[in-house]
Amino acid sequence: MNQANRLDRGLKQTVDWRLVGIYIALVFIGWINIYASVHSSEPSSIFDLSCRSGKQFIWMITAFIIAAVILFALNPHYWEVSALPLYLVVTALLVLVIFVSKDVKGSHSWFELGPVKFQPAELSKISTSLLLATVLSKMNRPLNRFVDVLRIAPIILLPMLIIVAESETGSALVYVGFIFVLYREGLSGWYLTLIGAAIVVFILTLVSNWWISIIVCTSVAAAFLIWTFIHYRKRSKTGRRVWIRNIILSYIGAIALVFATDFLFHNVLQDHQRSRIEVLLGLKDDPSGVGYNVRQSMIAIGSGGLTGKGFLGGTQTAYGFVPEQSTDFIFCTVGEEWGFVGCLLVVVLYCLLIGWIIQDADKSRESFTRIYGYCLASCLFMHLFINIGMTIGLMPVIGIPLPLLSYGGSSLWTFTAMLFIFIALNRQENKYF
Amino acid sequence: MEINRKNKLLIGLVTVAAVLVGKLFYIQCINGEYKVNADNNSMVYDYIYPPRGVIYDRNGEILVGNKVCYDILVTPKEVQEFDTLALANALCIPDSLVRSKMEYYRKNRKSIGFRTLPFLKQVSSEVYMRFAEEEYRYPGFSSQVRSVREYPFNAGGNLLGYISEVNANDIKKHPEYKSGDYIGKTGLEAAREADLRGEKGYHIYLRDSRNRVQSSYMNGEHDKPAMPGHDIITTIDAHLQQYGQQLMEGKTGSVVAIEPSTGEILAMVSSPGIDVEVLSDIGKYYGEIAKNPRKPMFNRTVMASYPPGSVFKLVNGLIGLQEGVLVPSNSYPCNGGYAYSSSRKLGCHAHSSPLAFRDAIATSCNGYFCYVLRNVLENKKYGSIQEAFDVWREYVLSFGFGHKLGSDFPSELGGNIPTSNFYDRIYRKRWKFPTIVSLSIGQGEIGATPLQIANLAAIMANRGYYYIPHLVKDSEGIEIDPKYHERQYTKVDTTHFAVAVEGMYMAVNGGGSAGGTAFRAAIPGLEVCGKTGTAQNPHGKDNSVFICFAPKDNPKIAVAAYVENAGFGATWALPVASLMLEKYLNGEICEERKPMEDRMLETKFF
Repeated sequence: MNQANRLDRGLKQTVDWRLVGIYIALVFIGWINIYASVHSSEPSSIFDLSCRSGKQFIWMITAFIIAAVILFALNPHYWEVSALPLYLVVTALLVLVIFVSKDVKGSHSWFELGPVKFQPAELSKISTSLLLATVLSKMNRPLNRFVDVLRIAPIILLPMLIIVAESETGSALVYVGFIFVLYREGLSGWYLTLIGAAIVVFILTLVSNWWISIIVCTSVAAAFLIWTFIHYRKRSKTGRRVWIRNIILSYIGAIALVFATDFLFHNVLQDHQRSRIEVLLGLKDDPSGVGYNVRQSMIAIGSGGLTGKGFLGGTQTAYGFVPEQSTDFIFCTVGEEWGFVGCLLVVVLYCLLIGWIIQDADKSRESFTRIYGYCLASCLFMHLFINIGMTIGLMPVIGIPLPLLSYGGSSLWTFTAMLFIFIALNRQENKYF
Repeated sequence: MEINRKNKLLIGLVTVAAVLVGKLFYIQCINGEYKVNADNNSMVYDYIYPPRGVIYDRNGEILVGNKVCYDILVTPKEVQEFDTLALANALCIPDSLVRSKMEYYRKNRKSIGFRTLPFLKQVSSEVYMRFAEEEYRYPGFSSQVRSVREYPFNAGGNLLGYISEVNANDIKKHPEYKSGDYIGKTGLEAAREADLRGEKGYHIYLRDSRNRVQSSYMNGEHDKPAMPGHDIITTIDAHLQQYGQQLMEGKTGSVVAIEPSTGEILAMVSSPGIDVEVLSDIGKYYGEIAKNPRKPMFNRTVMASYPPGSVFKLVNGLIGLQEGVLVPSNSYPCNGGYAYSSSRKLGCHAHSSPLAFRDAIATSCNGYFCYVLRNVLENKKYGSIQEAFDVWREYVLSFGFGHKLGSDFPSELGGNIPTSNFYDRIYRKRWKFPTIVSLSIGQGEIGATPLQIANLAAIMANRGYYYIPHLVKDSEGIEIDPKYHERQYTKVDTTHFAVAVEGMYMAVNGGGSAGGTAFRAAIPGLEVCGKTGTAQNPHGKDNSVFICFAPKDNPKIAVAAYVENAGFGATWALPVASLMLEKYLNGEICEERKPMEDRMLETKFF
């Protein structure tokens, strides 16, 4: 079998074309919606380079080139080798940007080189995923020992903390998603439960008050204890001990959190973050600020109805009421012009993309590919959930883009590169096994 | 399906997606509220600007008030074709201006978007009325009530300061300001910005998607009324301030008057200054003012640093008394000056000799104070002249010189009193009393602001202490820093002051024949104390200085006048200061001093 022949056959069979198809579909959906969102204020051609849809077209073409280079020109093995150097360089950039960047709405996260703007926090998602995959795959055992968790955690926490220091708390939240990867690799389910429980306790304390929270925590803990005693009556003693220990520790943690909530909320969170959470929980009506934005966003989406107002038919966008219409709030345009049907399609496309990535990753015999695939899926999931959740009032307003749909080169390139690194890794494997 | 971790995660994914889709279905297909809202969803903020606080003088006269005017606004996106000539006529502006503005909006329509911009600012009520009648013909145009400053008294632009629209820098420093807001830039307007500004309010209206105003949003529940700014009461006497301005017209320099018993500044004149006429529309005149070589924006009263001249002899004399190197009865010979080396002499003028302390003050004998300072600095008590000098400096600082007094007026400077290190550096540690002999008579390397010199007058009036000079009084809602109510003592015992004050009394009332330098400052029926000064000016004619206070017992006012390049203190600064004194205490100028007043009002150096 000659080389060329093998490559031909290989391309068709080894590349997961389902992922490529969804990728292209999402990018095009993003592009026409960006056009629709800027169209009303300044009618011009979709290719007009002075408006955002024209610029996005350039980002798309360049993203396709990046995808092709990753898929065909680069040896996928190098990703594993270069993970550490890449991580160090990106971390250095993350720190550097704090000192050299201009202040954009309070955050210091953009490099500006002439007309090109670039956010290293985006790149960091790739480098963190690569390093995490490298280190975890070399460890070569399930991640169920506490010592191992302590060794892995800094890889995720370091960029996360630097990004918080850049005042890009939203971007940092995405890194919380890596816990799903660790869970898949053996991290105890307790961690996930604890994080979930902590969020519930925090919100409960905010919307009610401390003694209601304590009553609820106590009853839940008591219920679990009773359940443990009944369940383990005739089974192993060690199992029961672990459960009882964990329940008591969690209970103590929960009570501490109840009393810390007020401090965290008023002293740790910044004003704008606090007001976003207050608006979300209905604790504060803020018709001029965040509340207004979310309301406008929900009105735009809600007014789309079942089938929407049609391409370029949106009226809510006409006066530019929805903020960041083409970037963080692009989903409003989808909702208004394509209605519930359009929204459903976009959500389903994302779910298929994430689901198939997980499927491919899980099938992989290379643990590096598997872990990296889960990282990619987690990042996509966090962005999807936070972004769409924000536009429909399920999440506080957190300024992160909708992957592949939102306007902006930095984000599009990152997700393109991230996805195609996975496709390339996956293809490599399909070639030889 | 096997329940492994992959599938648990997939189930999580589907659950979250289902929640998103569920909420989407709810707001898009079930709840009709959002569709209704879409028809009148845009909130329009109609801002109400608060009137700025009024600035009163100490007697309740309005120094700075407000006058209603209007801004004409335009939302270019909503403008339809209209008769530009008719609009121009209504607003009393040339047709070409309207056309060029509309052309500008068309060119920049992208960046303007849906914003509302000011079309014409500060339109008078009459013009606004004419426009309001025709407003319906110009869709997209609207108006907004603003207020501009009004100045019933010509109480000095540098003192009052001006306000202007915030610029990018201000917004950066104070993010609570929005473009179009006014902020105090200088003077009292800047110093009391927080009290004066008030709080903006707004009405919220709803607009439908065809941009018609529908109704008040939630019946005005979220509307916010404008909070007017706090009024402030200043320590200034409007009539005295205005009189000071008139006296100083055409002269370069300052007059500062202080009430010694409180530290309240009664008048603070910097000349040439900015006319109040110019203040309310400073933008128009700014270029012209900035180009003026006499720097009218430069507030000499607190920013200029001059050698204080002979008035400083008071300080040196008092230090001598405190240090014990001088007793009032000491007399020193003055044969036309003080010979500080075999060939050099610091000259003096003709007067009887030898003299005791009181008469040395009254006649302002140069030689006498050279001996005094020499005795202070060559005191055996101290190991070196450096040490003695620093002791002397500490005394001088306690008189309020060489550092900011801490008044509530912005941009106050501290003047300069050198340290021994300064001379060590210049003379490589080889300096002696003769090197710095000119400090004896308030010349040389020392600099004081007119405010500090006036403060010296207040210290003399109080016999040894001062209150930090300030411009704002306690009033309802405004409490000034308690430091303004605390006595600041000098390091010289109050007992030493009596004889120095006697000297100042003799300078005025001793009669010209006895050599009193300030006999022209005598006012019938008032016990005036004063001290002249003439400060050499390396750049031209001498500067003329005079400090005075009255009455001698229980003084009501202390004044310092400093006139640049005007020759002897007795010639220019003295009349200005003493006329201020008389005006404040008697309300008018007596017959026999009228010629002096006329001469001051008429003489203009530029």
